[in-house]
Amino acid sequence: MRKNGLLSLVYHAIFIAFILAPLVVVVLVSFTGKGYISLPTDGFSLRWFRAIGGATELVNAFWISLWLGLASATVAVVLAVPAALALVRYRFPGRGVLAAFFMSPLMIPHVVLGVAFLRFFTTVGVSGSFAWLALTHVVVVMPYALRLVLASATGLDRDAEKAALSLGANRMTAFRRIVLPLILPGVVGGWMLAFIQSFDELTMTVFVATPGTTTLPVAMYNQIAQTIDPLVASVSTVLIAGTVVLMVLLDRLVGLDRVLIGKG
Amino acid sequence: MAEAASGPRAGSAPWFLSAPALLLFLGLLVIPLALTAVLSFHSFDGTRGVLPDFTARNYLEVFSDPYYYEIFLRTAGLALAVTLLSVLFGVPETIILSRMKAPWRGIFLIVILGPLLVSVVVRTLGWAILMGNNGLINAGLRALGLTDEPVRLLFTMTGVVIALTHVLMPFMVISVWASLQKLDPQVENAGLSFGAAPFTVFRRVILPQILPGILSGGIIVFALAASAFATPAILGGRRLKVVATAAYDEFLSTLNWPLGASIAILLLVANVIVIAGFNRWLERRYAQVFEG
Repeated sequence: MRKNGLLSLVYHAIFIAFILAPLVVVVLVSFTGKGYISLPTDGFSLRWFRAIGGATELVNAFWISLWLGLASATVAVVLAVPAALALVRYRFPGRGVLAAFFMSPLMIPHVVLGVAFLRFFTTVGVSGSFAWLALTHVVVVMPYALRLVLASATGLDRDAEKAALSLGANRMTAFRRIVLPLILPGVVGGWMLAFIQSFDELTMTVFVATPGTTTLPVAMYNQIAQTIDPLVASVSTVLIAGTVVLMVLLDRLVGLDRVLIGKG
Repeated sequence: MAEAASGPRAGSAPWFLSAPALLLFLGLLVIPLALTAVLSFHSFDGTRGVLPDFTARNYLEVFSDPYYYEIFLRTAGLALAVTLLSVLFGVPETIILSRMKAPWRGIFLIVILGPLLVSVVVRTLGWAILMGNNGLINAGLRALGLTDEPVRLLFTMTGVVIALTHVLMPFMVISVWASLQKLDPQVENAGLSFGAAPFTVFRRVILPQILPGILSGGIIVFALAASAFATPAILGGRRLKVVATAAYDEFLSTLNWPLGASIAILLLVANVIVIAGFNRWLERRYAQVFEG
């Protein structure tokens, strides 16, 4: 393999600067002591981090996003595990179609899903329902969970499970005591990735969010669309910090490259 | 999913196992999309609202009205520009990345791909702060003496293209990275040791092998750019509408739901045609590569 020349490394430095610039600038601006968007030239201030506590709308939206992410990621994993086992273990007519169907939300633009869910919600009369919003998030995030569970369930050694079954364990016990521990990294990684996708989702949710079910990305979008103040920057900084923590956890559990690149 | 499934008799077990997910998807994916398709054929009256008739008027309006025509053209142009830029800048970076040594390689890969996990609202906010008339980009340009007048980036197509390229760049890197991992470095060395110039080796040896990765990365970036919402909405402002923001306005401002539904259905159909058509072409074109 050839080494990188000086020119390549200069290009690399510029590229990394381009990738990090918008995130770094958000973090820097959030430490300003002034009342408007500016770099903290005269000392760092925590003024805008303290202001988060008083921003009731954003705090409420954060809790909604948190519960939404927890609920939809959990349901998505509970649905994805048996579906993944069905796809990995059996060869049956319609298997390819079923797999493609479960992955299809990745191919549908979120704005189309938003339109479709809004139409569905008003037709059925469930606008403003947290439970229904969570179910729509399950549809959107399940492909991410399914992909990681599939990767960990593929090529699984089945001897231990067969031994347990022949020794009289019932299917549920064999699953709980043998299969689940073996696929656990994929399950946990899938859950976390699903949680992040749900927590960050904007384009679909912005269509169906009501005052009672406004998520954090929707609340931030609504705010930014009017005016950009240091408060959204400090909330963003908290989100960036939270994402970094989750990334470290994901890296320890399944390996971040595996989560992001999606190779089993 | 090329993995061979095991198990001789399937019977109803796989359907039983996937039934919960299947039911959810039928109820909350197929039905809402079907309702939207039906809605797109209804007509709309300013005073009476949505009328339950069956007409192709919305589609005719989208195709004939220069206003919507322009929105679709602008969206296609935006997606094309973002795709070209992410190929132009993403491919060299991924090659540089693959040539790095062990700790740095992994670190920079995570630095480039990590932003995917940060909300697109946050990433776009960063660009909005950078691009303002008194933002960092203009301050930098002024300090370097390159301009006196502030360069307008916010609420321009240039600004949206730059930010959206940033947002979608990781997808290009992922795709090219995956195809580079399959590449045998010895082939490149062989080319060099036979006296070929580095650029010739790149063009004749490396490029043909990573082209499928570049193309599939390109299609992912194109599809996501064509349906992007947050970045064009925040950085493009009211004037620079794209398909996604136009559909949003029809649904939540103008309240002409049937027209909004027809815009959404057109976006979905275009998306599926582009992705499915491209995949089919890619598989036929590179059948040997995939089998080999």
